[in-house]
Amino acid sequence: MGEYLLVTIQVDMHDQLALTLQDDLTAMISKTGARGVLIDISSLEIVDSFIGRMIASIAGMARILDAQTIVVGMQPAVAITLVELGLSLSGVRTALNVDKGMKVLRALLDTPAGEEPDARSTP
Amino acid sequence: MPVRRREVIQLRGDADVVRVRQTVRGVCTEEGFSLVDQTKMVTAASELARNTVIHGRGGVAVVESLEDGSRRGVRMTFEDEGPGIPDIDRALQDGFTTGHGMGLGLGGARRLVHDFQIQSMVGAGTRVVAVRWR
Repeated sequence: MGEYLLVTIQVDMHDQLALTLQDDLTAMISKTGARGVLIDISSLEIVDSFIGRMIASIAGMARILDAQTIVVGMQPAVAITLVELGLSLSGVRTALNVDKGMKVLRALLDTPAGEEPDARSTP
Repeated sequence: MPVRRREVIQLRGDADVVRVRQTVRGVCTEEGFSLVDQTKMVTAASELARNTVIHGRGGVAVVESLEDGSRRGVRMTFEDEGPGIPDIDRALQDGFTTGHGMGLGLGGARRLVHDFQIQSMVGAGTRVVAVRWR
């Protein structure tokens, strides 16, 4: 994927595993100089406050390492539950699927600094 | 109220939180919960089980399927003998955190179920009961 990292979460993660993923991913961004990270959570059956926090902190750490993070593939039932739980995932860009996420990343990285398009308005 | 099925899970660590999620998923599926309702219950279970492990220093979860006339539901009980919660109202507020999560655990779990009860005694432990009807 060139300058992008694609992470697919396919197991019901216990908390320590989520923290390990966070550490591994930030190390990987630093090592590869990736400019974009796509996290595919289409296999995740729930996102609770712990996983939500992990996703938000990956996006925050990646930003500091000059990489953009897009979370893709959230199941509708998970989205409905997240809102009721009170998690907004503000600061985390999302897209419906990997293809759309890639388009958002390309658009973000092709745009000069200071003129970031809104990910949600990208077709 | 008749209990149709009862599962007891010891809560000691991370892996047990995953086990509770899987058990709640199984019982909710068996009771004919919709995918959204299953997801709400499993998410609430995850928050409450983690609280029991981290703040309660371990405990036990009981997952039961209930029958109340024509109504079907699932009840989850989380019990620990940990330090207890000094101020329950404050612990239920969004944003109240001890640093492990986003401060949404208890209040968020309450919003995801229909009936929610919490009893806690400082120095003796905490008991949370959460029910969702189909």
